[in-house]
Amino acid sequence: MIAQIVFWLMAFLTVGSALITAFSRNIVYSAFALLGAFAGVVGIYILLAADFVAMVQIFVYIGGILVLTIFAVMLTQGIGDVHVSNRAVGTIPALATTLIVGAVMLYATLKTPWYAAKTALTVAPTTYGIGNAFLDTYVLPFELASLVLLAALIGAVVISRQETRE
Amino acid sequence: MPHGLSLNDFLGLGLIVFLLGAYCALSRRNAIGILMGIELMLNGANINYIAFSFYGGGSARYDGQVFAIFVIMLAAAEAVVGLAIILAIYQNLRTIDVDAAETMSG
Repeated sequence: MIAQIVFWLMAFLTVGSALITAFSRNIVYSAFALLGAFAGVVGIYILLAADFVAMVQIFVYIGGILVLTIFAVMLTQGIGDVHVSNRAVGTIPALATTLIVGAVMLYATLKTPWYAAKTALTVAPTTYGIGNAFLDTYVLPFELASLVLLAALIGAVVISRQETRE
Repeated sequence: MPHGLSLNDFLGLGLIVFLLGAYCALSRRNAIGILMGIELMLNGANINYIAFSFYGGGSARYDGQVFAIFVIMLAAAEAVVGLAIILAIYQNLRTIDVDAAETMSG
């Protein structure tokens, strides 16, 4: 009962913020509404017993990606341009594509017989299990992901350095 | 089900967030707006992964969560590089309208 109330609250927060992000004509409103979407997703993760992933979402998505996005939004627009900074173009084709893809995915979601677990679902801390999985089963993707992060770091520094050279 | 909630509730939520992100990415002229749509799409997919990890249960309990952590990691790397490119384009063209960055066409 409590879980259902929390789920609907978090779902309204996420979907409402995503609606503002998608349909707002002001880029600053869209960027700050993304905060609401990420926070709602954190609540959904905690409801699904994914406590470690929820904390990763807070640190990386809200504290990293969202802050970076708001930096970029504030650095790249004229002060007098705030009101029309995010005009939508091609709304009819985008809406048509989204609705058709959404209908197909909804049909697939409802018609597929998803695997139902036979063991009891427990709500337990997951950090220990995820740590073991990262160093036991998934050690190769873990190392490759750190290489990807290194490449992204070097690439971002190189891209933003060239303007000061001339 | 321990919640009273079923798997389809969470899959539907992930689907709605994904579709809103797809609409945002498809109908924007501002390059940062397109990146925000991509982040929404990745969040929708992550909700699906975590939901499958919870309702699938059993011995593969952590696979969905590990994959979601990888997705968050790669989204961070992609957002960093994308925003660096956008800032570089802004310094050259003074605009981040994706229709204006057309020096390679024609």
